[in-house]
Amino acid sequence: MKKKTGILDIISMAFLLILSFIFIFPFYWILTGAFKSQKVTVKLPPEWFPLSPTMENFHKLMQNPALQWLWNSVFICGITMLIVCVVSSMAGYVLAKKRFYGQATLFSIFVFAMALPKQVILVPLMKLVSFMGIHDTSWAIILPLCGWPFGVFLMKQFSENIPTELLEAAKIDGSGEVRTFSSIVMPIVKPGFGALAIFTFINTWNDYFMQLVMLNSRAKLTISLGVATLQQEFSTNYGVIMAGAAMAAVPIVAVFLMFQNYFTQGITMGAVKG
Amino acid sequence: MKQSKFNKIRMRETLISYAFLAPALFFFCIFVLLPMIMGVVTSLFRYNMKGMTFIGLDNYVNMFKDEVWQKSLVNTLILVVGSVPITVLFALFVAAMTYEKNPFTRSFFRCVFFLPVVTGTVAVTVVWKWIYDPLNGILNWLLKSMNIIEKNIMWTGDKKFALWAILIILITTSVGQPIILYIASLGNVPKDYVEAAQVDGANDLQVFWQIKWPSLLPTTLYIVVITTINSFQCFSLIQLLTSGGPNYRTTTIMYYLYENAFKRFEYGYANAMGVVLALMIGLISFIQFKALGSDVEY
Repeated sequence: MKKKTGILDIISMAFLLILSFIFIFPFYWILTGAFKSQKVTVKLPPEWFPLSPTMENFHKLMQNPALQWLWNSVFICGITMLIVCVVSSMAGYVLAKKRFYGQATLFSIFVFAMALPKQVILVPLMKLVSFMGIHDTSWAIILPLCGWPFGVFLMKQFSENIPTELLEAAKIDGSGEVRTFSSIVMPIVKPGFGALAIFTFINTWNDYFMQLVMLNSRAKLTISLGVATLQQEFSTNYGVIMAGAAMAAVPIVAVFLMFQNYFTQGITMGAVKG
Repeated sequence: MKQSKFNKIRMRETLISYAFLAPALFFFCIFVLLPMIMGVVTSLFRYNMKGMTFIGLDNYVNMFKDEVWQKSLVNTLILVVGSVPITVLFALFVAAMTYEKNPFTRSFFRCVFFLPVVTGTVAVTVVWKWIYDPLNGILNWLLKSMNIIEKNIMWTGDKKFALWAILIILITTSVGQPIILYIASLGNVPKDYVEAAQVDGANDLQVFWQIKWPSLLPTTLYIVVITTINSFQCFSLIQLLTSGGPNYRTTTIMYYLYENAFKRFEYGYANAMGVVLALMIGLISFIQFKALGSDVEY
């Protein structure tokens, strides 16, 4: 049944396009603002596109350890992603496919902890990592994020798809637990692995509060935290700040665009449904 | 005999399972469970740079008497009440408009509305700071050139506007996920039902409310819960844009907690706030599940 295009449809579509414009604007403005001179960034009416692009903002930005910040972000996100994926897929698999004592209790604890916002434990967490002597290092962010049970939950959802007969067949053929996991389970949960990896990477990159609490020294900052610091120092020099913001946003937006299908899957599968 | 063999297998499975769970449990116990317990315990202490003294529930009593805390609770609730309905309606509108389009258009819009989330709060705030800038910002310029206002307005520095200025950014950075969820679940509405209703002469609006909306309820519930939790924790925007001012007008509970812990170093007090915040979020999620959940039909 084909619908007619009514006036209402046209109005809604126009409205949708206007909204889209507003949502794209910040990113567009960061990209173009990075190449505008300090004077141009505060010009009114604004220069919608940089007419005389300049690299001066990036030169100024490089007087700060911006590349170090970028590397710190990549390192933190990369390692977190790896550990979370390995740890969660192991736990998710047994929670979905094995029957063992304490299973139901354990799973409820994970779900309950997931509902609790991580920010409310940030203060004791900071004390804890100071006590362990890893405050103000990348590990102060990496290790706590590996404890977050979202990944376990997500990988359990994906592991439900593993046919039980396949696991039994492997057992009868004399395959050990580790081999079953690596040669049967892993290939099947691979899409979940992808979803979780990209999800963890993006969330860690943008987890500003955690970074703010855990990192102090200038050389240890992540790129988001570095840009926030610059914002305080340069206050209204929008050019330099935009250049920094571009450096923080472009890599992660690129990652998102490349893997957006995995990412979407991570979000929809992670939704608590039954 | 059979029973004992079964138990033996079950024991074996349990051992293997815990071996697989060990790394996850290790991280979970140390970095989630332990801080939770520490938070609850230290909330009963006067705990600052000078040391720790047990004071029972004093932190909690003081908190409820603390005027700034009351203010920040009100601000937080305004953000929640303001953002949740708008986010849900907004997400529903965008999803309803796009889910039947071809895959390319659909993923284009999905990306567009998710862009502020991916770009990151810090980077997005840089632009909003400029938009709201009283002298060089585009908002004042736009409104002035359209003759809506005469004088420049300090959007983030004026008591009347600051919280609303925050609310707008909060909404743009929180609709991305709901849209993705709605698009997915609208795609799951059984086509037969929709077609049957159309054959029976139902118009679009009727199809939406009678057929699609009921099957969207579980998703809506989930979206309401995550948006509520998300707004309850609103922190980064405040810290980057207003530092809680003017005169605590934009201080949220989360920001006040941060201020107490990391500026005044009153850890015990901050942890008491964390406990109360966690309880409130738990209670609200519970109520929402009860209230919305009872209407869900499958």
